[in-house]
Amino acid sequence: MSNAVSALQAKTYAGFAEIEEAGLRGMITLRGDLSSTKVKNAATGAASVDFPGMGECNCVDEKGVAWMSPDELLVMTPYADAQPAAEKIAKTLAKTHALVANVSDARAVFFIRGPNAREVIAKLAPVDLSPDRFKPGQFRRTRLAQVPAAFWMRDAETFELICFRSVAGYVFDLLCNAAQPGSEVGAF
Amino acid sequence: MLILTCPYCGVEADETELQAGGEAHIKRETVGSSDEDFEDYLFARQNPKGIHFERWRHVYGCGKWFHVARCTNTLEVFGTYSAQTTEPPQDIRDKISGKRPGWSWGIFS
Repeated sequence: MSNAVSALQAKTYAGFAEIEEAGLRGMITLRGDLSSTKVKNAATGAASVDFPGMGECNCVDEKGVAWMSPDELLVMTPYADAQPAAEKIAKTLAKTHALVANVSDARAVFFIRGPNAREVIAKLAPVDLSPDRFKPGQFRRTRLAQVPAAFWMRDAETFELICFRSVAGYVFDLLCNAAQPGSEVGAF
Repeated sequence: MLILTCPYCGVEADETELQAGGEAHIKRETVGSSDEDFEDYLFARQNPKGIHFERWRHVYGCGKWFHVARCTNTLEVFGTYSAQTTEPPQDIRDKISGKRPGWSWGIFS
């Protein structure tokens, strides 16, 4: 089998917040009726976390489930587990109206760390990121400058961000530029 | 800046996160329609200064289409509602009536 590598191979940048490409991550798109217990169990079974509410993401280490839309979930696993997990979910939901796709190789993941991480995202996305409006656990699909992206907070100082792999270089450059030392806004 | 709340994911999205889909509640004219009705369906659109009903898509978010009732003059948003309807829901109509008594738009008032 070919040697899978992530788009930027764990490239990092230290500005007023730390930017790091997180490497490979297993991601499975699961579309279906999210009120169905079968669909819920299939997702939580693969990621071993609680089912997220609307606009939320539950994750522990590399495993997690994110609420993408009223009929779509993103199930995250370690990279090597994604294909078997997707096959297992597809088998469980064989008789249910659902779509399961392993999209791991179509995505890139970034970490933005530091007390000012919030500011880096706020410069790039049309989202209210004040600490009382965007909290750990919330999940937001939006755009980052000109490309689609989604992010959530691991904890008060760590953002995790996903985008399409084809724009990983663009997103890394954006984040680095927004985190340039001396460009702090101090809004939060 | 127009800020609309997506009725599907509850996100307050500004217009750069959305895609405009034009006039709402257009009835499709199809087999059996007269040429005039079909022409209207294809080309005739309202362009009001005031209350307007529109379709928008939360393109950078959940990807869903939804409806918006707003004022094109003041940018006041009266509300957003599901796309799975052929007419504005009563609560939205009441809200508009409260603020702009006597309004009308197409066949709705």
